[in-house]
Amino acid sequence: MTWGIIIAIVLVLFIFTLLTLGDGLLKVTASQAGEDTSGYSVLPTSLQELLGLGKKKGEYVPDDAPVKRLKRGFDVNLAGGPSLGQAGIRELRSATYALKPKDLIGMSPIPKVMPELGATVKAGEPLFYDKKHPEIIYAAPVSGEFIELRRGEKRSINELVILADQGEMQYHKHEDVPNLETASRADLVDFLTASGAWPFLRQRPFDIVADPSMTPKSIFVSTFDTAPWATDANFSVAGKEAAFRKGLAALAMLSGTKVHLGVNGMAQERPSDAFLKADEVEGVELHYFQGQHPAGNVGVHIHHVDPVLPNGQVVWHTDVHGVLLIGQLLLEGIFDTSKVIAVGGAELPAEEGYYARVHQGIHIAALLEGMADDMTTEKAYVRNAEGQKEEKMVEVRSIRIVSGDLLSGKQVERESFLGFYDDQLSVVKEGNYYELFGWLVPQAGHPTRSRTFPGGFFPGTHYVPDTNTNGEKRAFVMTGEYESVLPMNIYPQHVMRAILAKDFEKMEGLGLLELGEEDIALCEYVCTSKQPLQAILREGLEELRAQ
Amino acid sequence: MALIDFWKRIEPSKENQFLHATYDAFFTFMFKPNLTTKGKGVHIRDAMDLKRTMFHVVIALQLCLLVGTFNIGHQHFVALGIHTGFIEAFHLKLVFGLVQLLPIVIVANVVGLGIEFYFAARRGHAVEEGFLVSGMLIPLIMPPDIPLWMLALAVAFAVVIGKEAFGGTGMNVLNVALLARVFIFFAYPTEISGDGPWVAAWALAEDGATKVADYYWAHTMFNPLFDAAGWSTFVQGTPFVAGYSGATPLALGAAQGWAQVDAVTGEVTGGILSQYSALQMWMGGIPGCIGETSKPAIIFGAIFLLITRVASWRVMLSFVIGTALTGMIFNAWDATVFMNVPWYQHFGMGGLLFAMAFMATDPVTAAQTNRGKIIYGFLIGFFGMVIRVMNPAYAEGWMLAILLMNVFAPLVDHYVLEGNISKRLKRAKEYAK
Repeated sequence: MTWGIIIAIVLVLFIFTLLTLGDGLLKVTASQAGEDTSGYSVLPTSLQELLGLGKKKGEYVPDDAPVKRLKRGFDVNLAGGPSLGQAGIRELRSATYALKPKDLIGMSPIPKVMPELGATVKAGEPLFYDKKHPEIIYAAPVSGEFIELRRGEKRSINELVILADQGEMQYHKHEDVPNLETASRADLVDFLTASGAWPFLRQRPFDIVADPSMTPKSIFVSTFDTAPWATDANFSVAGKEAAFRKGLAALAMLSGTKVHLGVNGMAQERPSDAFLKADEVEGVELHYFQGQHPAGNVGVHIHHVDPVLPNGQVVWHTDVHGVLLIGQLLLEGIFDTSKVIAVGGAELPAEEGYYARVHQGIHIAALLEGMADDMTTEKAYVRNAEGQKEEKMVEVRSIRIVSGDLLSGKQVERESFLGFYDDQLSVVKEGNYYELFGWLVPQAGHPTRSRTFPGGFFPGTHYVPDTNTNGEKRAFVMTGEYESVLPMNIYPQHVMRAILAKDFEKMEGLGLLELGEEDIALCEYVCTSKQPLQAILREGLEELRAQ
Repeated sequence: MALIDFWKRIEPSKENQFLHATYDAFFTFMFKPNLTTKGKGVHIRDAMDLKRTMFHVVIALQLCLLVGTFNIGHQHFVALGIHTGFIEAFHLKLVFGLVQLLPIVIVANVVGLGIEFYFAARRGHAVEEGFLVSGMLIPLIMPPDIPLWMLALAVAFAVVIGKEAFGGTGMNVLNVALLARVFIFFAYPTEISGDGPWVAAWALAEDGATKVADYYWAHTMFNPLFDAAGWSTFVQGTPFVAGYSGATPLALGAAQGWAQVDAVTGEVTGGILSQYSALQMWMGGIPGCIGETSKPAIIFGAIFLLITRVASWRVMLSFVIGTALTGMIFNAWDATVFMNVPWYQHFGMGGLLFAMAFMATDPVTAAQTNRGKIIYGFLIGFFGMVIRVMNPAYAEGWMLAILLMNVFAPLVDHYVLEGNISKRLKRAKEYAK
């Protein structure tokens, strides 16, 4: 019997020695190969880390502030992210701008277009509205000539294109701006819906444009984005602090209860005072969130502060740009959609991204000047009519352009326009290549969370991504994967199964209403079985909304 | 890439489904396919896929396989009473082990993969990887002398009834490898239980009582080579040691208590030659199923799975806790000699650790929620010990305990999910007030 204990101890010591040795060797080899070993974590370096107390909050976080530490999540570190570089934030304009009604969830396929083709519009003048909600106006982001209506299947409207003025931007000046001190909530709602600012308020569940006839139980604003290559809201708000405060005050009036502002609790650089001191505005509450992606998603903030429950109540949310737009509208009477976006990708000319101040709906080609052609030709074997194989050159895409981030954005063409809400453009190499024993060898070079690759041990390393699926679609096999990257008390895999089984009660009960595509995107990224979770989620949400 | 060109040129037409599915299986085995993400949803995907997951389990099993192979030979010679040192006559033991093991591995994989390919072609989808692991697990949980036709029958039963009938990989309710074993266990119990099957290649001598070594051509084909090198050779008809029964430490412990297991006396007591020590039992120089004997090899595999995060630590940990607690309860109860076996020594006996590392952690048949996994592992530990210790006929419980909990895992998950749902509904009602 003593033998057993001695052997057990010897075994444990032996394995621990082996691990420590392997650990050290791995670290040495990795740093020789130029990998970043700072985030490396097989063995906890201290007891604190072992107990999960390692991460400190930012120094700017007050001691008594409500801080939510999110343990689950994963930062997808990719090479080619935006940097300020020499030029700083670039001021970019394009010849044409466009709004894409299909970016708006729940919009009817053929909205009512208001100006005639060829008419001159000023920034902030009405462009179209949804026939189901005629009171909500969608306004032109820039001034110029309304030159084209691009249609898709069944005459549905894809893009409303405006040829922008080359000189100074002409703003439509609102004379009837309500004074927040004296005006009623109804006045404010009428003004915002008529001026084109309303669509920037969105509703959870479903992520649709907020319904002006409803009152939300609270309004959420996230001031940081943890997605790969995300933009930095501090740039947008710099110099517009007054507008931000005004916007928050308006939101507080709309909510009637609280505006919850989610602030990064462990940012490397101190967030803008516009965020840190926002609670001086009446009705605004600050919440600090610490953690990896998706800690910056507004869906995560809602879940932890004031969750969407299956009882018919809704919350509204917007981003920093939405608050600024509303604030500026109330302060100056103009509809200014300018925002600082991030353009990321290792395929860009300098092999890294940049920040740019642009207006909503900018032409994408203007953002990608100097980038290589996104199509190329490749040899392929194609069967002809007789069933014989022929060698043929076919055109294939080599670079993909994504409006939004790489986890939940939409693929767009170079001759298209930035999405309605998007504040980020990503370009990524297409992964249409074969890799010999790609599933077997432990080679580096692919971004991964899995520790079956050396890269999995070094989460701080930045890899160049591509769009290869890295495997074929399979049935759900692995479990616990989704939960480990979703910092919510939700079982994503079972939500998905409930959607596939069309079990409405279970969908609602398990918290489908709390989820949006961007929240589940990371689960889809890490999924071993390569399941299309976002598509399944949207299907479920649409079914619930139809009810 | 000339190799890609070659593969693309020999691609068969899609009209021949079976041929194309087979081609596709081998092609995707050679190359990671050139699929890209759709324009909607994620645009980049993690480098991990199911093939890699499955293959890492296979890697984790390799040490068990290696030591297990050698141990087949070792047990054979221990029974004969010659070359009883563990690394004595290394060549003979390794050759003997391989001759026994390779046909088992080949039959299990040919039968299993053949059925998988057939069903994949019929359903018109790609061959899924699930059997990669099952095909490696099944040989490791078989006795070394299992008749191959019986194995083929068991594998076919497990794959067709246990898996394909439910819809293939990811849909099965019961663990496929254990289903193959349980088929043999109930259909041909003498081949997989008792003292006989753990030592390979023997026959009864003409007197009808003495066991003697019985080789066939595959064993002895290397004899001339060994002879030429001046090494020892296989000798047909060598008699077994008098009184050698082939009983495993587990069987000894069940019948006569721990003292009998941990006593290397070389004497025959009660008709059984006592020949084990605790150390031997832990290191693996004991008879048993091919993969279950060597505990260091299993622990190595388990740690590999935990570090690469392929297997769930929750299941393993709660399994160990459940087993230990139940063992302690039995120690305190102390009604039979088997209950008296120290609880920690149970971990070295039989298939406990193998079941913990490779069987209970199967993600498809285990509970799927994190809380459910803890309950699931704990209950396997509990039921496994109860079946092992209380069962008068057959002293081992993991196979049955895991299959039992496989059936109840959806129920465990159901209650965990119900808890989540009712919490949400309760909050919704509070807010509505």
